[in-house]
Amino acid sequence: MTYETPAPVIDRRTFVKSALAVGAATVASPYVVTARAADVIKIGFANPLTGPYAAYGKNETVGCQLAIEEINAKGGILGRQAQLLIEDSTSGDAGTAVQKSRKLIERDHVDFLLGNVNSALALAMAGVSSEKGILHIVPGGHTDAITGSSCHWNVFRVCNTTQMEAAAVAATLVKAYGKKYYYITPDYAFGHTLEAGMIKAIKKLGGERVGGDLTPLGTVDFSSYLIKAQAANPDVIIFLVQGDDALNALKQAVQFGLEKKVHLAGAQVELEVIEGLPPEARIGTWVAEWYWNQPGVPHVQEFIDAIKKKTGRMPTARHWFGYVAGWTCALGAEKAKSLKAIDVAKALQNFELPPEIALGPNKAVYRANQNQLMATLYVGQAQAKGSAPDDLFKVLQTFNGADIADSVEESGCKMSWPT
Amino acid sequence: MNARRRALDVAVIAALVTMPFWMAEIGGYTELASRILVMGLAAMSLNFFLGYTGVLSFGHAAYFGLGGYGAAMAIKYLGLGTLPAIALGAVVATIAAAVIGALIVRRRGVYFAMVTIAFGQVFYFIAFRWSAVTGGDDGLSGWRRLPIDFGFATLKIEQNDKAFYYFVLAVFAVCVAAMARLIASPLGRSFVAIRENERRARFLGLDIERRIWLSFVISCFFVSIAGGLYALLNNFIDPRALRFDLSGNLVIMAVMGGMRSFWGPLFGAAIFVALQDFLSSRTENWMFLIGLVFVLVVRFFPRGLLGMLTRGAAA
Amino acid sequence: MTQLILFNVFNGLIVGAFYALMALGLSLILNLSGVINFAHGGFLALGAYFAYALIPYVGFWGALVVSPILTGLVGLVVERVLIRPLYGGDPLYGLLLTFGLAYMIQDGIKYVWGSQSLPFKAPVWLMTSLSSDYFFLTGYRVFMIVIVTAAVAALFGVLGFTRLGMRIRAGTRDLETVSTLGVNTRLLRSLNFGLGVYIAGLAGVLAAGQLGLAPTMGDNLIMPSFVAIIVGGLGSLVGTLLGGLLIGVASGLTAVYWPPATEAVIYAMMGLVLLVRPRGLLGEEGRLH
Repeated sequence: MTYETPAPVIDRRTFVKSALAVGAATVASPYVVTARAADVIKIGFANPLTGPYAAYGKNETVGCQLAIEEINAKGGILGRQAQLLIEDSTSGDAGTAVQKSRKLIERDHVDFLLGNVNSALALAMAGVSSEKGILHIVPGGHTDAITGSSCHWNVFRVCNTTQMEAAAVAATLVKAYGKKYYYITPDYAFGHTLEAGMIKAIKKLGGERVGGDLTPLGTVDFSSYLIKAQAANPDVIIFLVQGDDALNALKQAVQFGLEKKVHLAGAQVELEVIEGLPPEARIGTWVAEWYWNQPGVPHVQEFIDAIKKKTGRMPTARHWFGYVAGWTCALGAEKAKSLKAIDVAKALQNFELPPEIALGPNKAVYRANQNQLMATLYVGQAQAKGSAPDDLFKVLQTFNGADIADSVEESGCKMSWPT
Repeated sequence: MNARRRALDVAVIAALVTMPFWMAEIGGYTELASRILVMGLAAMSLNFFLGYTGVLSFGHAAYFGLGGYGAAMAIKYLGLGTLPAIALGAVVATIAAAVIGALIVRRRGVYFAMVTIAFGQVFYFIAFRWSAVTGGDDGLSGWRRLPIDFGFATLKIEQNDKAFYYFVLAVFAVCVAAMARLIASPLGRSFVAIRENERRARFLGLDIERRIWLSFVISCFFVSIAGGLYALLNNFIDPRALRFDLSGNLVIMAVMGGMRSFWGPLFGAAIFVALQDFLSSRTENWMFLIGLVFVLVVRFFPRGLLGMLTRGAAA
Repeated sequence: MTQLILFNVFNGLIVGAFYALMALGLSLILNLSGVINFAHGGFLALGAYFAYALIPYVGFWGALVVSPILTGLVGLVVERVLIRPLYGGDPLYGLLLTFGLAYMIQDGIKYVWGSQSLPFKAPVWLMTSLSSDYFFLTGYRVFMIVIVTAAVAALFGVLGFTRLGMRIRAGTRDLETVSTLGVNTRLLRSLNFGLGVYIAGLAGVLAAGQLGLAPTMGDNLIMPSFVAIIVGGLGSLVGTLLGGLLIGVASGLTAVYWPPATEAVIYAMMGLVLLVRPRGLLGEEGRLH
């Protein structure tokens, strides 16, 4: 079939002239990296800034930005100022994440690579960072493999493993609510490992799995799964779904009035998700990886004030992840007195974060030969209203990650160091 | 006009052969150059169907992705070398294209486009859900590109970005040369005839459906090779490579560069990839700007860059 | 087990009704203007966010009325400025333009309201279930069925009994003749587009009560709409309605027996229809070109 190509509005001459002008401007613009300041230490952060994980990704980069500002105010890293280069990895496109990682490493010559919220992208980026021998910190990607079966000497992780999260919340649930559990699990690696961890932890305490469903990512309507869940007659329905899926599932569960018959709970929860729920749906027992309302823990208020000043809102766990990641780079380099990845990595083995970074009741230590941060886990309940408008989570009990984590052998991490 | 075309061919070849060297000067990096080649090949393959045969497919990403998954799985599960892996991906994707092409070849226009989109999504879902094999949403990782052993020499494409770029360039050159040959052949001429006036072509005795099917399959074959290269480029493949977003991006590359010109889609790919890379570093709202580019191209530059510059030249 | 099946069929109809609403808007635009509106999901999200913004001023019911109108107005502007110049041209350009528009709308929403999901406050009395046995029959879902039914009835009423509707239907068959009969086809296409977008906006307000309010909320809804149109048949609105309901029920049933296949099943249906009856269940012969 032939169609008339719509007649262009601009004629050819004008187009060519304007194209040349645009082209010249582009080439002459800052895209052309001119003399790079040799005395700036660059930290590259490739995180989702668009797509479903944009809110988490953004908050992590903001937390990291705060860390960099504080570091620079205290004299920088090894006497040199630090600069944070932020790139959008997108929420799911591994190609872009890899591309940005390579860009940061090859073109921008970063000394440290940070990222990613999306576990799969974190793994893809770890492939690049290991290939190039760059120190890589994963602030908020949860799949166990990052410090487990796919661990590398140069990759460190701030947030908890799914196994740790499961172990933390299981005890509270079995003690308070019963032994029969139904699982609503997102169908991807993170969901699978989280469910496996929960089943194992709950079984150890005498609970059993009476049924469950693997829900596709991006499921809009959870009714069929909720109908099935209710029919199985459990004591607790465990929601392992995250982000928008969690929003949909919980909203719908509360509309069905399920919380009146069965207890709703889950593992990892984010303040960003609770905020997105209507007040009547802010319920359930969960584990958070960091929470702002910690009376009696020093330095937390300073962090809250700093983040509030920057963003106008209370910090979430994601802000804290990014903050820790940024500071880890500086502290590791200071201890190693070097920027070389191998030296910093060695310096970070069993490294304990100072209290003003750890911001929790327990110590925060990067466990040796696994590079996994062992900090505090907070088990609690979502609430519609707390002591302040943003106080949407009531902490019932805290756990020390080091006490409940699997051993390094059990995690499957066999770390090999370059000679 | 022929001389002008020759000059353009020479200029493009020269630019591509030397790209890793001048890329860094303008703020690029070798990997970006490889990416431009891969996307350029994909866009040119799509254009074989879209620009030369005149049929709108919005589902080419499916075959791109299949080529990628085929290659990745060949390396991960079967331990094949680089070239056999790409070949396997191409075979799988081409078979799929042949089957689906046969199903949809009677439709045209908007309906054909919709159906290509919908079938593309089928593959996306298979990749997404069959996580035991494809890795699901997490994608297929845990493999890397391997050095290519030619017997007399080894090309270390797994470590050396420049080596990989030249490997990609070599594959690109072979594919592009093949495409050019096909377009100049009687078969290729018949595709153009179909594009220009399908009814007349039918009256001339051409079997339209069969030729469109053939054009579709050939186009998908080349796109799947690009997909295999894409997987190697990232050492990773995930379902995003199959989504209709990518299909849309390939179409805009072809349009932006000029659908009626041979090298047009390569230019379109270069502009699009570089623009996206540039914009997403500068601002979080780059999606808005990219969307704006789509809109502006359609409204003001529908003939694309090369289309504008080579106005009046025969296709 | 039969109770489970029954619940899921019933539930599937509810979900299907929602899909049908989305698809009807898309179908309306496709039939008359030949444009595949990729931005349909974006307009849905826009409807939801407008409602969110309006609720503090006019309450939920006010937002339900006003937000789709606002969205429809945006649709009218878009049609006039961006889409109208493309009529009669290669459908490629319409597709590309709406594709880019979808990116722009999503990012625009993110720019204005942020990427953080926002809590949508629908009236609490709607948000409870009506019966203990049929607990999945919540007030909100009944409300949704009522609105969808009213909207669909109104749409078919407009199409069947008003002059505008008659012109749209005639234009779907043969726009050129309608034009020679003295009808302002430009205005007709604008109004038709606006109507389709209005429906998307309405679907958005309804969706906001059930789903999280995020800029990406329309992304997962556009594909089922496409499939509903293909299954039901291009050119037939009743077919689209039927297609939507069918895929809703199919998904619901599959969730009982084989949850991983819940989306695959709608594509399988599409494949089946294309093989056995390519014009769709109620599609018209000859609309395929």
